[in-house]
Amino acid sequence: MLKKEGQIRIPSGCAISGFINRNGKRISGDQIVKSISYMHDRSNGLGGGFAGYGIYPEYKDLYAFHVFYEDSASREETERFLEEHFDIVNLSRIPTKKHKNITNEPLIWRYFLEPLPTKLAASQLEEKEFVAQSVININIKIDGAYVFSSGKNMGVFKAVGFPEDVGEFYRLDEYAGYAWTAHGRYPTNTPGWWGGAHPFALLDYTIVHNGEISSYDANRRFVEMYGYKCTLLTDTEVITYIIDFLNRKHNLSCEDIAKIIAAPFWSKIDTLPAKEKEKALLFRNMFSSLLITGPFSIILGFEGGIMALNDRLKLRSMVAAEKDDMVYIASEECAIRAICPEVDKIWSPKGGEPIIVTLNNGGDSYGN
Amino acid sequence: MAINYFYPDYEVVRNEKKCIKCKVCVRQCANEVHTYDEEFDCMTADDASCVDCQRCVSLCPTRALKIVETDNIFKKNANWSQALITDAYRQAGTGGVLLSSMGNPQPYPVYWDKMLINASQVTNPSIDPLREPMETQTFLGKKPRTITFDKEGNITSPTYPNLKLNIPIMFSAMSYGSISKNAHESLARAAEQLGIYYNTGEGGLHQDFYKYGANTIVQVASGRFGVHKKYLEAGAAIEIKMGQGAKPGIGGHLPGTKVGEDVSRTRMIPRGTDAISPAPHHDIYSIEDLRQLIYSLKEATDYKKPVIVKIAAVHNVAAIASGIARSGADIIAIDGYRGGTGAAPTRIRDNVGIPIELALAAVDQRLRDEGIRNDVSVVIGGSVRSSADIVKAIALGADAVYIGSAALLALGCHLCRSCHGAKCNWGIATQRPDLVKRLNPEIGYKRLVNLVHAWDHEVKEMMGGMGINSIESLRGNRLMLRGIGLTEKELEILGISHAGE
Repeated sequence: MLKKEGQIRIPSGCAISGFINRNGKRISGDQIVKSISYMHDRSNGLGGGFAGYGIYPEYKDLYAFHVFYEDSASREETERFLEEHFDIVNLSRIPTKKHKNITNEPLIWRYFLEPLPTKLAASQLEEKEFVAQSVININIKIDGAYVFSSGKNMGVFKAVGFPEDVGEFYRLDEYAGYAWTAHGRYPTNTPGWWGGAHPFALLDYTIVHNGEISSYDANRRFVEMYGYKCTLLTDTEVITYIIDFLNRKHNLSCEDIAKIIAAPFWSKIDTLPAKEKEKALLFRNMFSSLLITGPFSIILGFEGGIMALNDRLKLRSMVAAEKDDMVYIASEECAIRAICPEVDKIWSPKGGEPIIVTLNNGGDSYGN
Repeated sequence: MAINYFYPDYEVVRNEKKCIKCKVCVRQCANEVHTYDEEFDCMTADDASCVDCQRCVSLCPTRALKIVETDNIFKKNANWSQALITDAYRQAGTGGVLLSSMGNPQPYPVYWDKMLINASQVTNPSIDPLREPMETQTFLGKKPRTITFDKEGNITSPTYPNLKLNIPIMFSAMSYGSISKNAHESLARAAEQLGIYYNTGEGGLHQDFYKYGANTIVQVASGRFGVHKKYLEAGAAIEIKMGQGAKPGIGGHLPGTKVGEDVSRTRMIPRGTDAISPAPHHDIYSIEDLRQLIYSLKEATDYKKPVIVKIAAVHNVAAIASGIARSGADIIAIDGYRGGTGAAPTRIRDNVGIPIELALAAVDQRLRDEGIRNDVSVVIGGSVRSSADIVKAIALGADAVYIGSAALLALGCHLCRSCHGAKCNWGIATQRPDLVKRLNPEIGYKRLVNLVHAWDHEVKEMMGGMGINSIESLRGNRLMLRGIGLTEKELEILGISHAGE
């Protein structure tokens, strides 16, 4: 019998694409669907997904939970948990369209929430930590329920299928966001579980990733010391936790995170000016188990920006382009040209060199 | 009494056709096995004195010599082995404790040999260390829990002293006294050249070797031999020896015959007296006392040097290591039951302690379960025999390894396990000047450098095969290991899956 995602580690190849409008102009979701569809052959129909930022302006101060349920019992149990800990401002099924290639869909629900002040105070946790722990609790403890999106004014949409079909299924043309990322999956085998599709998300962090990291278990065993629990055994999951750990818990900027997960080689560090060298040395030493080796190209989405990063040897393709106030990133150039035929500039970022783009007006909540 | 006669374990076989009676064997054998009989113009050998150290075999210019195991046997008995029977005779004759040297040679499982290493295929490219950077440099010591910067980006949070290793291998503690000055010099010079560390053991630091201090770990053991302020300040790190894998639970004994002028001065004990280190440190009867010694040593050295606490791998090693991690130690060194020694009671060497592979897996997991793995580094030894063992150790969770026996092999040791006899024909485990001078430190250190370089290269090849280009990403990466022929329980303790899973 095939093992479910989380019981076994499944290597995958993949396609990723993403873009952001620096001025926060909201762009229809059909653009990202079109982009990723041009890399059809990089997926094999066993997983596709999207993350959109700025898509819920009417509820922008509330946490938007997207949840898969296997049955109504798990929904009832989850809703009891949510009512106990959160003020549920709105709940509904996520609108979908029947699609011939998308089958076996679970129940897919969306909640707009804020933590109950009394519960939050009693927990002695910061608000985001409270929310993150609630998500982890539901995912580990409630059988058949899986929260796959939990940030503010953003959302993840994913399924088993080719990404362009998944986009149509979720009617992404009806959403508009200032940033979008997309993922097409090519796993070597699959349990066909929707939760295992990408992006992987925690709070407003989402990751789409192409690659197979060789440092996986070293990374996993390290972050699990700090309250995370890797239940899916995927690279994307552990990378998301690493970024949450470094950004939210250690207040490190995207630039610094890149210096840790795709750390410069020792030989490069030796040539740095004294102050930079001291910092690079400390990063590599203190967070040595968070170095990610093996091929990866990732796009991290967060509230107000995106970061793209390759492994330090650049073992996966990734190109970037600019056109006016737009920045595009994709596994292959065709995915960019598909939606922006005439670019101002196109380049292939070097291994370990992050591309960080934040909104011109609202990027100051991230980074130093 | 006839009962006290033992047929020798080994027989010297001399090919008379090849032998030219040059008498090299006579001069080379400190055990006086070989003699030349002038009257009959022939070579003779006293098999009973032979320890099978292979010195005469190695130096015979005509390859006329070999040593073979005797085929004289007692009546076969699956319960009473020949060794047990003769041991009983010996002890009945003398009333003494049996002594042995080097590591436990008994046929217990070697878990290194029951683990296999992964390699990349298709979904993840392997990396060629000849074409791409491949990093085996690492740091040992406590890591900060938080990091903060001021407005200019300067680091304001505290940091801790760490040891920088170019290669995650160190030479384990072997005292001056148990091994020769030339052996120590070889180790010190090799450590300096390799950018790693050697360890003084509990015998103090010879005045000639203070210049290698930057690559020296100075040990403080229960006998406190040779410990003084200048000694502590000389080293790059200080190791408190609580236990040793070859003889957990007991102290050390250097016979007075090995305590000559130099050893006497270095150890700060009278010449010719036995150097006996007590079983416990008499100021450490519990974990809180250990904390006091750790901080005394840190105070004495101005918090500039990491403190290592070395323990033997025993049954509750995980709990002990966790206690040590919470007591201010920067590095925990764990020594397995196969670890070597210059002398240990045979029954203890062969029956006390547990395999280092299991101890390491248990300790690493316990420290992670408690969220304190980044507070300490873990170094293991006893016994690491090859680069493959190193890869497996690091994948199980070690930061670095100590090698002792392997280092001595590089210097010529043939594992005859007779160090306690103090007549090492290879000039290693002896203080007899005529024997010591057989070990040339100029050659010795180069052979050590060669060995470690060769292993480093092999480690890099295996890492590259796994698609890993930094030793940090191998550390604790147990997914890279699979067990072969192991029970569910063994796999559970090692934290690995079985091959085929």
